[in-house]
Amino acid sequence: MPSDALIRFGGLWKSFGPKKIYEDLSLEVRKGETLTIIGGSGTGKSVLLKCLIGLLYPDRGEVSFDGVEVTSLDEHGLREVRKRVAMVFQGAALFDSLSVAENIAYPLREHLKLTHDEVAERVRQKLALVNLPGAEHLRPSDLSGGMRKRVGLARAIAIEPEVILYDEPTTGLDPISTRIIDELIVSTKQRLGCTQIVVTHDMDSAFRVSDRIAMLANRHIVAQGTVADMKASTNPEVRAFFDARLT
Amino acid sequence: MSSQEEPPPTEISDLVQQELASLLPWTQRVKEAVEAFGVVMMMFFRAARRAVTPPFAFADTANQIEILGLRSLPIATLTAVFAGLVLSLQFAFFLARFGVQHTVGKVVVLTLFRELGPVLTALTVGARIGSGITAELGSMRVTEQIDAISALGADPIKKLVSPRLVACAIVMPALTTLADVFGLAAGSLVVRTQYDIPFEQYFRSAVQTATLMDFGSGIGKSAVFGVIIAIVGCSRGFTVTGGTEGVGRATTETVAIASVAVLLSDFFLTKLFLAF
Repeated sequence: MPSDALIRFGGLWKSFGPKKIYEDLSLEVRKGETLTIIGGSGTGKSVLLKCLIGLLYPDRGEVSFDGVEVTSLDEHGLREVRKRVAMVFQGAALFDSLSVAENIAYPLREHLKLTHDEVAERVRQKLALVNLPGAEHLRPSDLSGGMRKRVGLARAIAIEPEVILYDEPTTGLDPISTRIIDELIVSTKQRLGCTQIVVTHDMDSAFRVSDRIAMLANRHIVAQGTVADMKASTNPEVRAFFDARLT
Repeated sequence: MSSQEEPPPTEISDLVQQELASLLPWTQRVKEAVEAFGVVMMMFFRAARRAVTPPFAFADTANQIEILGLRSLPIATLTAVFAGLVLSLQFAFFLARFGVQHTVGKVVVLTLFRELGPVLTALTVGARIGSGITAELGSMRVTEQIDAISALGADPIKKLVSPRLVACAIVMPALTTLADVFGLAAGSLVVRTQYDIPFEQYFRSAVQTATLMDFGSGIGKSAVFGVIIAIVGCSRGFTVTGGTEGVGRATTETVAIASVAVLLSDFFLTKLFLAF
């Protein structure tokens, strides 16, 4: 593993019933970069994120985070990984029964021993960071799709993780909300200095937020490189994906 | 193809293969049922262990007691009242044939305490509680809220299953006690108005007949029923697949599975308590 690789998926195989998702998939993510994984629907982009935090397990292969093999960790070990790796879910996955403030406070109460005032202050700060000041007392059902994603991001960054995983962060959003989320992804990395993996099939977003892009197709990574590399790629799968966007 | 080109008569091995193929759906179903039972039992042991491991989820459990218990009071009391009315009416009618209708209190109290109180409460309230748990947890599953709990470093079993398990084990005996009282009281109204048996006589014969064991066996059963309903509801909710349609399907299955499980376990629990 190169010295700057923080996350490594090595020789990954995964099936759901008869459907094969990965066959010998390998990918590395460097510390401090934003890597975007693109690919068609149902190719297993989100599965990769879930394998990293132990929500799913590969049938074979390695998933290592900071040199630790995630697939062999017990509950305590996984909890330590999840302290350092946060995830923004596709539909935000906010807890319906809790207010916005309680949602953001959830990881703080799980992982840190803070006073009530400290938690409230941290919630206020994170809401300000995602441009939702004063939204503490709203319920998830009161929020638009874009606002839900921003609260999901505020919850993910509440404990200031080293890695943030974004699962389709702009799917279903209008262009303005998409642009806001993209800017938040960029600014979050600048503020926290964290490593980010973004899963999307929105190419405009991918170009805006990425340091590198990897394309998942035919059950493995078919191409990867900088935004410029990928735009110049002659790989037929990459070209087909990019050309489909332009038509 | 002409008849001369037909394949030779079927070999025994072919017949065996055909039979096995026809059995496959059944063996598959049995396999799935065994797997589902395994999931339920694993969830039960994990939830029970976490329920007795600090930090204790007192607030979540109290919240579930309110949601599952207090809000089930109307259906529990209504069921008990009408069960008591019908029981007294039927028993008094038949006992009157032998001229011993004054003993109706004894029969009603034993039937209610030992059997109908816990079972009827489990079936009616359990359907409400179990389907509610599955619908809530199933919705959380399909909207990735359960994954989010794990991703945030918390334990979904401890957060979601253990409080519901403990709450159901507390709520069902409490509701059964209430059902016993309301059913007995409702029965007194029938025998007083229809058979002219004084309240005092009815209640005295009931109290003199029922032992602590009669009451306790019903309460013990209801605690087990509560655990069964909670764990079936939680496991079906946790394993929902297929989006909102899957949630609807799982909710219906919970009612059916929990009801059958209550009735099956009732037989074995009755055998167990009769041994004491």
